[in-house]
Amino acid sequence: MIEIENVRKSFGPLEVLKGINLTVPRGEVLTVIGGSGSGKSTLLTCINGLEPIDSGKILVDGIEVHAKSTDLNKLRQKIGIVFQQWNAFPHLTVLENVMLAQVKVLKRSKAEAGAEAEKQLKHVGLGDKLSVYPSRLSGGQQQRMAIARALAMSPDYMLFDEVTSALDPQLVGEVLDTLRMLASEGMTMICVTHEMKFAREVSDRVAFFHKGVMAEIAPPEELFDAPKDPELRQFLAATH
Amino acid sequence: MFDTALTVNDLILLAKGAGMTLLVTAISVFFGTILGIVFGVVRYQIGPWWAAPMTFVLDIFRSIPLLIQLVLANAFLTAVLKLKMSGFAVACGVLSLYTAAYCAEIVRGGIESVPLTLRRAARSLGMSWGQDMRNIVLPLATRVALPSWIGLALGVMKDSALVYIVQVVELLKSTQILITRLQEPLFLLMICGMFYFVISFPIARFGGYLEKRWSND
Repeated sequence: MIEIENVRKSFGPLEVLKGINLTVPRGEVLTVIGGSGSGKSTLLTCINGLEPIDSGKILVDGIEVHAKSTDLNKLRQKIGIVFQQWNAFPHLTVLENVMLAQVKVLKRSKAEAGAEAEKQLKHVGLGDKLSVYPSRLSGGQQQRMAIARALAMSPDYMLFDEVTSALDPQLVGEVLDTLRMLASEGMTMICVTHEMKFAREVSDRVAFFHKGVMAEIAPPEELFDAPKDPELRQFLAATH
Repeated sequence: MFDTALTVNDLILLAKGAGMTLLVTAISVFFGTILGIVFGVVRYQIGPWWAAPMTFVLDIFRSIPLLIQLVLANAFLTAVLKLKMSGFAVACGVLSLYTAAYCAEIVRGGIESVPLTLRRAARSLGMSWGQDMRNIVLPLATRVALPSWIGLALGVMKDSALVYIVQVVELLKSTQILITRLQEPLFLLMICGMFYFVISFPIARFGGYLEKRWSND
């Protein structure tokens, strides 16, 4: 379970998170929507400790992420994150990309890591690309590789930060399909996305962020069909 | 018909000089690179503000002509501190620091060339700072820094001619000895140049080979 309690965070004079409270139980698929600068991406990087927070706390399975005593490297094994930029390691083959952290962080043997990497890459439909370098892959394929790389660490939670925003339109579908598959398998996921149709389809709950505040959170039918927050209504009108 | 007084023994003298050039260069580039990596990483990690004193010292090594550094270091170490140091040791010491000063900048540039988003991805997979440095930054920065580093190594090899000032008989000094004796400056300088070429060329080619191999991915 991910528990976010009254989290505040500023970049200089700009307060990007103004007291966020949110609990994500295991198995839930939560999507986060909102305009740019609403703080939704920052929240994700705070959850796995890539960004410090100013006040409040974030607990992942009861472990306080920003406590000094927390071993962040260990905690991050539980929490996979995939970014807008797919960040393939260009000097490693697709298989090696997915193996590296398994060998170095989880101390798996090469054989074990290779088998797991192959399994995850097949899972996301890249079984025939194992030995090529990322530069030979399309953006969508690189993004799926990044997802496989995160999944190979056997995380309990997956965070997706606008994973389709940097893709050409015709490549968005394949990545969303991968996310749908994960959702149907019961993975606990927080997806920051601009894909409203996707959000409506896969989410258990949808949260709307506006100017650093979580303005509304509800099951998708309720949030999309009967939005209460005026800003959300405006946002939905603009995106439809 | 071309005639020369150059004997096989003279050629052996030149070869020994070339050996000395190689030795001084190898030692200086080896230690200079290790120091340069340490300085470069420290400089990157602590930021330009805190690194200012270190950068200043390195700038001194980069801006004062090597010849002056050698003379001053030699005088300071042997005459002022009264250390029993050979010219060879002084030469290697000065040249190592000189190399390190340049190498530190190459290393910093190499590290900065690795996109932060890539490093963040590595850290988000649970990799520690050291694991990120070794497995992501090192290989990628090396690819970027290699051409400059090869240039530095070749430059140091040629700059090492200046260590004659602290009584190290390297390739150019050996040539000068022969010029004084045989009075055939152009011919001897040509041979000297060939020696330099023979020891530099493989290094340059090796660099080219690595670049080509790495460009495949």
